[in-house]
Amino acid sequence: MTAAEELARRHRLQWWEALPWIASIACFFAFPNYLAFGAQVLITILFALSLDLVLGYAGIVTLGHAAFFGAGAYTVGMMAMHWGWTEPISGLLAAALVAGVIGLASGLVLLRTHGLTLLMLTLCTMALLEQGANMGAAWTGGFDGMPGLSFGKILGLFSFDVLYYRSQYLYALAALFLCFVIVRMLVYSSFGQSLTGVRENLLRMHAVGAPVRMRQVLVYTVSAALAGVAGALFTQANGYVNLAVLGLERSAGVMIVLILGGYGRLYGAFVGAFAYMVLEHVLAKAYPTAWQLGVGLTLVAVALFARNGVIGMIESLRRRFAGQGR
Amino acid sequence: MSTAIIETKDLCKNFGAIEVAREVNFRLERGARHALIGPNGAGKTTFVNLLTGLLLPSRGSVLLEGEDVTALAQAKRVKRGIARTFQINQLFRGLTVLENVCIAVSERLGVGGSMLRPAGKRADVIEEASRLIEMLQLGGDAGRRITELPYGRQRLVEIAIALGLNPRALLLDEPAAGTPSAESHILLDAIATLPRDIAVLIIEHDMDLVFRFAERITVLVSGAILAEGTPAQIAANHEVRAVYLGNALDV
Amino acid sequence: MDVISILLGGIAAGMVLFIVSVGLSVTMGLMGFVNLAHGGFAMLGGYAIVLSMKHWGLPFPAALVFGFAVVAAISVVLERLLYARLYLATELDQVLFTIGLVFVMIASVTLGVGPETQTVVLPEWLRGQTDLGFITYRTYSLALIVAGTALMVALWLGFERTRIGARIRAAVDNRRMAQSMGVDVGRLFTLTFALGSGIAAVGGGLGAEILGLDPQYPLRYLAYFLIVVSVGGLGRVSGVFFAAVLIGVLDFVLKIYFPKGGTMFIYALTLVFLLARPQGLFGSKGAS
Repeated sequence: MTAAEELARRHRLQWWEALPWIASIACFFAFPNYLAFGAQVLITILFALSLDLVLGYAGIVTLGHAAFFGAGAYTVGMMAMHWGWTEPISGLLAAALVAGVIGLASGLVLLRTHGLTLLMLTLCTMALLEQGANMGAAWTGGFDGMPGLSFGKILGLFSFDVLYYRSQYLYALAALFLCFVIVRMLVYSSFGQSLTGVRENLLRMHAVGAPVRMRQVLVYTVSAALAGVAGALFTQANGYVNLAVLGLERSAGVMIVLILGGYGRLYGAFVGAFAYMVLEHVLAKAYPTAWQLGVGLTLVAVALFARNGVIGMIESLRRRFAGQGR
Repeated sequence: MSTAIIETKDLCKNFGAIEVAREVNFRLERGARHALIGPNGAGKTTFVNLLTGLLLPSRGSVLLEGEDVTALAQAKRVKRGIARTFQINQLFRGLTVLENVCIAVSERLGVGGSMLRPAGKRADVIEEASRLIEMLQLGGDAGRRITELPYGRQRLVEIAIALGLNPRALLLDEPAAGTPSAESHILLDAIATLPRDIAVLIIEHDMDLVFRFAERITVLVSGAILAEGTPAQIAANHEVRAVYLGNALDV
Repeated sequence: MDVISILLGGIAAGMVLFIVSVGLSVTMGLMGFVNLAHGGFAMLGGYAIVLSMKHWGLPFPAALVFGFAVVAAISVVLERLLYARLYLATELDQVLFTIGLVFVMIASVTLGVGPETQTVVLPEWLRGQTDLGFITYRTYSLALIVAGTALMVALWLGFERTRIGARIRAAVDNRRMAQSMGVDVGRLFTLTFALGSGIAAVGGGLGAEILGLDPQYPLRYLAYFLIVVSVGGLGRVSGVFFAAVLIGVLDFVLKIYFPKGGTMFIYALTLVFLLARPQGLFGSKGAS
């Protein structure tokens, strides 16, 4: 296959792309007692996917992405608590809108800078939202957040299953699927290709006449909206929201997930979220400090040797075997 | 008077006390084959940066086909028809050769921002990019990443990108520098066979190349134009010979 | 509390911020390396100082020297073995590496020493109050102010008056040009990194009274160090000094009068400031 043919076919569905979805549905039947955990994994995958657009494809290094997750989470929480608006799907849309607007506004302003300044500004924006949520206790419940939220039936049919999380799991899966379709389309479009150009060589991108800043702001906004959906799912599925949806820990956490799985590779979010959360579930509860040590060492190793995460390692293995097959 | 594609009027640039461009009045005519020469540090690359908008001048103006573009950003000038290559390759290093050129072609065709259609379905983009790659004899490397290519071949990709922008004025910054003879041959052939309606400005140190290629030569020294004229005029110019310490111009 | 007491308290806190952050500013300005683990060196230094005093009975000044030496040595090893591999890496890789490193530091200290806050037992001559004539104030805070100012002057003189200082400044402003002029940038960086981390270590110990000292120290104060460094301007000692004092005073004042909204104000201010002036107080625009 020539390079041109390969490029022309790249966006076509591969057989193994069905696997994550089949596996997710299989898990629904195979692990009925772990659906709460499963829902968290699905939500994290969506969050990591949104970060991949910005970080993996456009190359914008941000430590403040939790700002959008939190914005979505609080939007849905406040709507339920103060307006009695508990319809789930419209909640997701509202969250996407709010988070997207915040993304647009902050992107327009912040993406004029780069490097350390940009990193700092993303941190500051998130910290401002965090502090705002902390202080605005009348609206947000302050430090304790808003516990005990309940939401209406999905599509008027399926009620949230507080005990076994059955509907939450499928609901999150459906939302993830729809958002994934959007992300996949973006990534394989010319827009997505131009993002990789921005990431690989910003100067060259200017020098081919691309409206770089507009592209960056666009992807930042879309990514923020998707992160907002993930946050909204969090609140709806778990029935509460508090300050932990914002902050450095959540931002760094999702970044670690994406890096481990492999950024800029669409399915890295899936691999990373699943692997990290399973390991964390098993190890962190028992040995929290050792877990932190392990994560730290892994990050150092990845930064030095395996920059493209698990998927990157699989890719390089595949290339080596393909070369040997000649 | 309006035959110039690019024109500068009293163009000046200084970094603090250091003047890197001094009252430069320059014209690049339509279809020109123009060379810019001068000793190291004369400010040739700086001048190109000023033309393309990578640098903004302290004083003076840059005109593109009679229109003042002095305040216009780089990307906008590219849209108006100026393309350049860099002295040190500026390529999308993690991407393949084909992807590199496709990005340039997509931007030129105005579809770079399209979000709905897969890039792979844009047969016109891929076809044109492939054509350019073949023309520069990079066909075998189309699917390889830039990081896997030797420097000389990377240089050819740099040219391919500039050509993919279908410019009216092409500014080449030392295109043959550091390029092994096999590739520089291909490169020079490509430049020689460029359509006559494209104006080409080339910065070069290789005097062989300059005198073979150029119909007009501008000599830049310490940010100011020392001399300008046909190759014969320049070769005979005493001041220019002095700057080059005599021998280099004996062709 | 009257104005002067508040000012002095804020300036003292600012001094600690300065002593810890100045190393970060210089190394970031020098190598363009985003080192989020810098607070970790301060923490390690603080622990070395506190524990050597507690278990070996070292007097305070000797403990400070010990802390400096130990952390400088550790940082040299880390720099040569690990950091140096990532100088040309992407910003993301540098962020990842340093986050990972700080996790390792925090976890190691928690496992090795324990999660409790450490307290410093100050020597006699630093305790109590000192009468300055117009005010009687805490001796320790005054000592901090003197120490911080002395460090600033020493560093400033070092950068402006010595040859090594000139080389560092040149490399900060334009690394490639400095390299082409024969400056051994690699060795320069190891030296600066060790110095910066060592000073941070001393800051960790000195600041244990004011900022506290526990394993979470590096992450809790990361934002403050980064704010001080970005607002001050990379590689500018005077910039870091003024930014640190400013942030210290602001934070101190806000904690008293607006305990709830204080931090928000600092973040908002930083945001606005960096947007208006991304290069910081004294940084130069578009430094290489």
